Amino acid sequence: MKKARILALFCNFDEAFAAISDIRHYKVPGVSVDDVTVISPIEHPEIEEVLGERPAHVPKFTLVGALCGSTIGFIFLAASEANFTVQPQGGKPVIPLPSNIVITYEMLILFSVFFTLAGLMIGARLLRKRKSLYSEKVTLDQVGIEMELEEKYVEPIKKLFRQHQVLEIREEVIQ
Amino acid sequence: MSDQHKDINEDIRWAKINEDVLRSMENPRMGYWVSVVVCLALLSLAVIAEVYQYNTGMGVANLNWPQMWGLYIATFIFWIGMSHSGTLLSAILHITHADWRKPIYRFAEAMTTFTLMTAGLFPIIHLGRLWNMYWVLPYYSDRGIWPNFRSPLVWDAFAIGTYLTSSALFLYIGSIPDLAICRDNARGWRKKLYTALSLGWRGDDRQWRHFRKAYLIMACFLIPLAVSVHSIVSSDFAMSIMPGWHVTTFPPYFVAGALYSGCAGIITLFVLLRYYFRFEDYMTLPILDKTCKLTFAIAMVWTYLNLVEFSSVWYGHDMVAKELLIDKFTGTYSPYFWAMLFLGSVVPFTMAFEKIRRSISAMFVISILLNIGMWLDRWMIVGPTLSASYEPFAFSVSWPSWVQWFIVIGSFGWFGLLFLVFVKVIPSVSMYEVKEMIFHRRHIAHKDIASVMHRRAGDAKPSGEAGLEGVKS
Repeated sequence: MKKARILALFCNFDEAFAAISDIRHYKVPGVSVDDVTVISPIEHPEIEEVLGERPAHVPKFTLVGALCGSTIGFIFLAASEANFTVQPQGGKPVIPLPSNIVITYEMLILFSVFFTLAGLMIGARLLRKRKSLYSEKVTLDQVGIEMELEEKYVEPIKKLFRQHQVLEIREEVIQ
Repeated sequence: MSDQHKDINEDIRWAKINEDVLRSMENPRMGYWVSVVVCLALLSLAVIAEVYQYNTGMGVANLNWPQMWGLYIATFIFWIGMSHSGTLLSAILHITHADWRKPIYRFAEAMTTFTLMTAGLFPIIHLGRLWNMYWVLPYYSDRGIWPNFRSPLVWDAFAIGTYLTSSALFLYIGSIPDLAICRDNARGWRKKLYTALSLGWRGDDRQWRHFRKAYLIMACFLIPLAVSVHSIVSSDFAMSIMPGWHVTTFPPYFVAGALYSGCAGIITLFVLLRYYFRFEDYMTLPILDKTCKLTFAIAMVWTYLNLVEFSSVWYGHDMVAKELLIDKFTGTYSPYFWAMLFLGSVVPFTMAFEKIRRSISAMFVISILLNIGMWLDRWMIVGPTLSASYEPFAFSVSWPSWVQWFIVIGSFGWFGLLFLVFVKVIPSVSMYEVKEMIFHRRHIAHKDIASVMHRRAGDAKPSGEAGLEGVKS
């Protein structure tokens, strides 16, 4: 079965959301809201209520980063201090907790930030080649709806979009 | 001219926001090139002085025991302090949903990154043996030695390194959607640059969802990080037993001072960017007014912590510290000390008046005066204590030589140069966040439109189209 990708551009969130609402109500049988990707110049505050709850795993990356940072930071300090006992200790423990906490804390934050960035890149699928249907108008002032559909659903979906004052529809065959 | 009562002109078109900001990144005017030449000239002074100091020795800077830190470390603290308001305020205002930050946070965050890059030069210059700077980094070497992890100076290296990295990433991540806008509007080498920098951003819901979470998490991390950095810098002093430095209130005092000078720096850059790039629609008087109120509040906290420090020394049992305090008020350094108190604690009262807070020229002058006061504050921390140790034979007053002054002045040229490059490469106003700000404010301003825009997916389509024009982008 051939598949197609379509990109519909709307002049505002209202029309785009109305179209998604119709898709959610199965106005086009066989097409669900899970097939919809909204592309916009800003993040609409209530987009999740329109599209439904979708996951973002960035906090999990951050947590792993925090654990790695604090563990590696402390072990690094403790190991280097334990290997360098020539340094005058001044009667203090070879591995002092209070002063090590400071650097351990900094490492916790540094690793958390790095892992958060990694989470963003992986989760948001950055560093990938943009799809050819991309329109520069969505970084200006238009809202796009992108869908990947079986070919038989393309015309009904286009018809639905036209009912909601779509400005432009682009299409490409992907399989 | 923007509406004088609203933080932003809500009628501005989204396309115009792109046009205005992108225009600021093209075709530099004569004023820009003059600024570049001035900054290069200042930087040249520092380079000449540094080469001379490098070849001749630290004596030419008038740095000798016990006056070993001088202007270098005072200015290091000043620049570290300047770095605090940008990212810290941006992060705090972001998590508290104070949307008036949106037009001004980008250049404030850039200020953080560049002031840290400037501050980091001073410990290296101060070392004299520049090439040994890397010894502070913890790595396994043939020398078989490790840095002393109990030393606040090593904590500094870790804290500043972490802060610089995190701030730069925070600035970069927040810029990705705008870099995509630049990519879509650029040609030639700029298009290649922005294509690489925007990481393939296209603004889909998956990207926005992850972006928001990542940005919020980073903001949450940057707040304690910023506080820790200046607390650790204060530990360079407070953990010693020198008179005037061994003070419990030093960490909060340093953090308040940092926020204070950073806010003043934001006001200075606010005025300059507004003037040079004609950003009157974005850097509006109400936003300046709010920034000034914040600066005034922080100035009062700084003043209070000064008084606490004075009183705790006055009523303490350390007679040398008490003598040093009296000497600050009456001795050799007193003109500078009084100037610091006047500029830091009295001048801010001008910001109690709305007319002054909304005067661009007045606030430009006041913000510079405040930062002169904060620079004097840092010098008054370093200089007097080193001239009055616990041992009378170490008493000495020394003044910075031209070498120190040139390097200090040159650091402003270095910072200015970095900032001038920044404003031509990265949008200094966040386009997508200004659009969000306008979008949200229209929700509040037009309830009927809001009801249309807030329609849930399952709701029926509204009967009329009235009001949609108002929210059309």
